[in-house]
Amino acid sequence: MAAQPILSVEGISLSFGGLTVLSEMSFQVNPGEIFAIIGPNGAGKTSILNCIGGFYRPSAGRILFQGEDITRMSPDRRAARGLARTFQNIALFRGMTVLDNIKLGAHAHLKTGLASALMYWGPAHREEMALRDRVETQVIDFLEIEPIRKQAVGSLAYGLQKRVELARALAMEPKVLLMDEPVAGMNAEETEDMARFVLDIKEERDVTIVLIEHDMNVIMDISDRVMVVNFGQKIAEGTPEEVQHHPEVIKAYLGEKKG
Amino acid sequence: MRMGDFKQTYAADEAVFRSGTVRFWLVVLFLAIAAFPFMVGPYLLYMANLTGVAIIAAVGLNILTGAAGQISLGHAAFVGIGAYTSAILTTKLGLPFLLCLPLSGLSAAFFGVIVGAPSMRMKGLYLCIATLAAQVIFDFIFVHWTSVTGGIRGINVPSAELFGYKLDTEFKLYFVTIPIMIAAVTAARNLFRTRVGRAFIAIRDRDISAELMGINLFQYKLYAFAASSFYAGVAGCLQVYLLRIVTPEHFPLHESIRYLAMIIVGGLGSVLGSIFGAIFMTMVPEALQSGLALFQGLDDKLMSYLFPLQTVVFGLLIVVFLVFEPHGLAEMWRRVKNYFRLWPFEH
Repeated sequence: MAAQPILSVEGISLSFGGLTVLSEMSFQVNPGEIFAIIGPNGAGKTSILNCIGGFYRPSAGRILFQGEDITRMSPDRRAARGLARTFQNIALFRGMTVLDNIKLGAHAHLKTGLASALMYWGPAHREEMALRDRVETQVIDFLEIEPIRKQAVGSLAYGLQKRVELARALAMEPKVLLMDEPVAGMNAEETEDMARFVLDIKEERDVTIVLIEHDMNVIMDISDRVMVVNFGQKIAEGTPEEVQHHPEVIKAYLGEKKG
Repeated sequence: MRMGDFKQTYAADEAVFRSGTVRFWLVVLFLAIAAFPFMVGPYLLYMANLTGVAIIAAVGLNILTGAAGQISLGHAAFVGIGAYTSAILTTKLGLPFLLCLPLSGLSAAFFGVIVGAPSMRMKGLYLCIATLAAQVIFDFIFVHWTSVTGGIRGINVPSAELFGYKLDTEFKLYFVTIPIMIAAVTAARNLFRTRVGRAFIAIRDRDISAELMGINLFQYKLYAFAASSFYAGVAGCLQVYLLRIVTPEHFPLHESIRYLAMIIVGGLGSVLGSIFGAIFMTMVPEALQSGLALFQGLDDKLMSYLFPLQTVVFGLLIVVFLVFEPHGLAEMWRRVKNYFRLWPFEH
């Protein structure tokens, strides 16, 4: 293995009451790769992302991001360090326009405080204009959502809402992007667009992507490495081809052969 | 009629008043506001001043409750803190009006942050009850800390003085209250063009994902409490100089609820809505009363029935408004504007 891993999960365990969700899960994500996590429903995939994002605190183990221990850090400080997240069930701010949602993603990169926000003219205005410029050229243009930028997010079609969520995450200028089922519920064309965007993000922006997905075609096409989890444990890890033929994986998905 | 308006710079696209037509009407509005005191008597000016104060307080509450989603039942208490601060600073220390104004805002903001501290752990109705506690506690202090607040008799305050002018008439006060109100409204509108205002709305809409976007929830909730009670404090200071007296009776719980009614009727989270709501809640009861005065002298018995009826009519008006336009007067205004945008060629 070449470089130091950008994200390293070391033996994390998580349980809710008596229910064990994750037990001693370990894996490493290398800079610049697309790392996919797959597994049957309820295997603990989203819980892994929630631990990395800071929404859950694991009961044991630790999580290193760029060599720094972030296990006990609050979610907002993790975000400021370069961890972005998209959600399985869209979590956009429905009271805002597309543009404001995207701008909100850049929150941690801005400096305007309460007092200068009330004054507006001067530093706050300059910062807002620079932000608009950056958001337009680097995010809106890139994801091809110019026509909808002034619309309220609630009125958009599902596939577009997912794209706006990706846009908001990109405005965070993340180093690692955690994506929870980016193509779930999308038609073939939308899926293709999303897969293309994910690849472009990885190649053009040097963003490492950790992805949960059920669409096996997408997984096999775009990911560099795949980890398979079942019942909160890692059962396999490797390239898409290796994983596909792994006996444990076949067992988890299809069941055992009789006799 | 306004044709498609195209923008060439981001600054033009993000302007609050986006077209020449809008800016024209804004100038007309400002001229009307400036000409108003020369055309009406002291009573209407008094009402205008009270409305200006109510607008400042309502805008403040809308920042906290409408935008940041933290319901407060203690807004009147913060107005009261501002009022008592300026009354005490004026009568005991002899501080000038120009100094009292920001200090009232700051002292209210200070207590606002303390009252807002439970928002770290509490949300929604639970936080609402915590702010109710603040309302009751401050009300109690206003009444019982007699040596400082003057108890139920309150404090009499001399006229404010500004650059050597005594602000002793409604006419003169108008030219202080209304510009401060306009400045306060402008500042609030600006707030929502920056990251701070966006963070408030994000916390209201979905606090968990706001935190994952890098927003420190506790810090921004306290910002919202501070900004909101600063507005309340400034409103309280102005109110003292309008009424020339401060007593606990000016800041009861139902006054807090009246502020909530203002922003709900006007439109939650909308600066324009706070203005409409404050005007509605201040002027409509007055209008009903003067409407009632037309029946004066007809029949004393009839009057004794009609008099309480105005409260009923007022309540009914609020309910009817909310049923037909739950998003408030601001939304109604938006629809009227949209209608005239293409008028007379709607189709």
